[in-house]
Amino acid sequence: MAVSRFWRKLRHRYNLIGTHCTTCNTYYYPPRKMCPQCRRDGRIEECRFKGKGVIVTYTVIHAAPENKAVQTPYVLGIVQLDEGPRLTSQIICKPDDARIGMRVQSVFRKLGEDSEQGMIYYGTKFIQD
Amino acid sequence: MRDVAIIGIGCTNFGELWDKSFRDIFVEAGVMAIEDAGVQGEEIDAIYLGNMSAGRFIEQEHLSSLAVDYAGLASINIPSTRVEAACASGGLALRQAVLAVASGYHDIVIAGGAEKMTDVDTDATTDVLAAAADREWEGVMGATFPSIYAMIARLHMHKYGTTSEQLAAVAVKNHYNASMNSRAQYQSPVSIENVLNSSLIADPLHLLDCSPITDGAAAVIVAPAEIAKQYTDTPIHIIASTQTSSTIALHDRKDITTLDSTVAAANKAFNTAKLTPGDIDIAEVHDCFTIAEILAIEDIGFFKKGEGGKATEDGLTAIGAEIPVNASGGLKACGHPVGATGIKQAVEIAEQLRGEAGRRQVDGAEIGLIHNVGGSGGTAVIHILST
Ligand SMILES: [Zn+2]
Repeated sequence: MAVSRFWRKLRHRYNLIGTHCTTCNTYYYPPRKMCPQCRRDGRIEECRFKGKGVIVTYTVIHAAPENKAVQTPYVLGIVQLDEGPRLTSQIICKPDDARIGMRVQSVFRKLGEDSEQGMIYYGTKFIQD
Repeated sequence: MRDVAIIGIGCTNFGELWDKSFRDIFVEAGVMAIEDAGVQGEEIDAIYLGNMSAGRFIEQEHLSSLAVDYAGLASINIPSTRVEAACASGGLALRQAVLAVASGYHDIVIAGGAEKMTDVDTDATTDVLAAAADREWEGVMGATFPSIYAMIARLHMHKYGTTSEQLAAVAVKNHYNASMNSRAQYQSPVSIENVLNSSLIADPLHLLDCSPITDGAAAVIVAPAEIAKQYTDTPIHIIASTQTSSTIALHDRKDITTLDSTVAAANKAFNTAKLTPGDIDIAEVHDCFTIAEILAIEDIGFFKKGEGGKATEDGLTAIGAEIPVNASGGLKACGHPVGATGIKQAVEIAEQLRGEAGRRQVDGAEIGLIHNVGGSGGTAVIHILST
């Protein structure tokens, strides 16, 4: 992915910053500029999530395109944050240890390495809480 | 609005077609459909072509012009339009053709679909397919396309007790059906053990739970129903054509084990056609992964939520059973050239309703349903066809 495209959402990726609609009190991550419930009546402000949540579902990925920063097998899950929104993220744990319902918390980790552009991507992953 | 019918069908063999180019295969399918309908080139008013990613698979955009040109129709300057909704691109092309004819704007329209996937290596193909999901918030986080359906499968198993054997039963049925389809990429049956012993791609999905990488093209010709008999003795009427959307990312769905776009498209289609799921004699559904067929037969309404796995294991979706699903072999075994799939499904149902499906014929089929999905359910398209 282009450097500029990743950089644009760097703060949100590094610090788990999403958005909150004060009209309907709904939290969004990834961030949204338009509240899907209130649309133009929504009032959007940034918010930083605590990074605690629960695994809704997960998979252990055994086949993926080559990525120097992440070796297969690795665990990918959908995490529901305590504030409400769900996101897709890697879970750092032994493949056999992942469970639906497991409490997790966010950590800052390397997501990928682009050998062509010499760029390393960082972002949020989760570990058992 | 005018009633619309399919008057001609064509489909290439599906597989790794090393000796054929993108333009070779869509011309092959298009010519078959034109000959089948007996229309003259000058009668064709418009083309809609479904394609997901020629830009990345063969570094070619502007397929609209390419299609008209190599179909030999550049001299009559007809409008040609490429449409894209990932794996639902073909379904969209068919729907655009139906709308164009129903509105009265055009009379004879070609709806085609084509994808040439094997000119790049497997890593590149995997990355192109991942573009059907949310690149910034699924792909970058480490998601592959199979991993997204694997997360649906995991939760479906957790909530409803669906088993790996039940997922495998989808693959076993579809490979068996494909063994009676000379166009299919895989024509050898597989066993439950073969599926369970194949390598894990994204747990719980094994290699044989996944549809393959395929080259292929298909085309149908649609016309106003009132003139269809001038071209064919067996017009196939399109009695519902619905398309719906949902969130692009799986994590934003209310229920991760339901494709709400499919539910909405099916409800609208059954309302339009004044039918219920029980009226359908045969269905081609979007089984990009085995779990996807289980979701489809639940979300369309053939079976209750959570009972799709057991229904498949009990043989209720086999040819000759309650509701034959994917008699062609489906995406799973006939192959899944992404942009062509939605049109190939229409070709299969048209053949079945004409009674021309050979060894895999579903006896007495009069009403068929086709279901095409983009991504993990961000788009769904349903057509109901009738003799
Ligand atoms: Zn709101």
